[in-house]
Amino acid sequence: MQRQVALIKQSLFDQGYLDEQFMELEELQDDVNPNFVEEVATLYFKDSARLINSIDQALERGSFDFNRLDNYMHQFKGSSTSIGASKVKTECTMFREYCRMGNAEGCLRTFQQVKKEHATLRKKLEHYFQLARQAGPKETARRSK
Amino acid sequence: MADEVPSLAESKLTALVVDDNFVNQTMHHKLLDRLGIQNDVVCNGQEAVDVHCSGRNYDLILMDMEMPILNGIQATKRLREMGIESKIAGVTTRANEGDKKEFMEAGLNDFQEKPLTISKLLSILHRLDFYVQT
Repeated sequence: MQRQVALIKQSLFDQGYLDEQFMELEELQDDVNPNFVEEVATLYFKDSARLINSIDQALERGSFDFNRLDNYMHQFKGSSTSIGASKVKTECTMFREYCRMGNAEGCLRTFQQVKKEHATLRKKLEHYFQLARQAGPKETARRSK
Repeated sequence: MADEVPSLAESKLTALVVDDNFVNQTMHHKLLDRLGIQNDVVCNGQEAVDVHCSGRNYDLILMDMEMPILNGIQATKRLREMGIESKIAGVTTRANEGDKKEFMEAGLNDFQEKPLTISKLLSILHRLDFYVQT
């Protein structure tokens, strides 16, 4: 079971969903906070869902306030970078480029990609954390304090 | 790398995390915790100013640049005007040279690009003469 968990995690890196920043998160996990990574990921998905909703609403209104959209996406990109969500980060960067160019169509198109990558990562990480919990403390707590 | 992380618990250092992003707040808080640095967290530059007005003081302030109400540049200037001599390290993802220069000129002691990691935080502490070998 633990081997399966390790393989799943490795595949997330190999397929580019996660980058080395995720490993920095894991380094902060210990016996005091054995679920730190999952807690941060949960916080990320909650916060980013809020941002997605805000951007969705702004775009549905036909409101292309590119400054405002860029500010939302700056937040989103920042969080994504902090947890190592590599593909999401890349799409956020593309969206911000279109904001800078004032390209509404590009924003709309890229935002669909942002949501797609976000949803994919969420699903994969939820599966990974579920298995990690089942596998037991060896995979969830990285180090003793 | 994790086995080599020094503990600064004996030094009783204190720090303030100033960031409007919940994920970054959590991470920076934990990073400081890991190094034995007692720390508080606020959500923007105005809260950072307010907490100092209430009489609190910190050895180190990790200051984000882009924040609502009062951003990092404005907050840094305000704190220096108030006579706050804490070491202030700017942390931001917006790191073009112009932004960095403006942020440094506001009164920073150091600057680091996000995302912060243990090694980047240790680097800040070392450059600001907080690093203690245990």
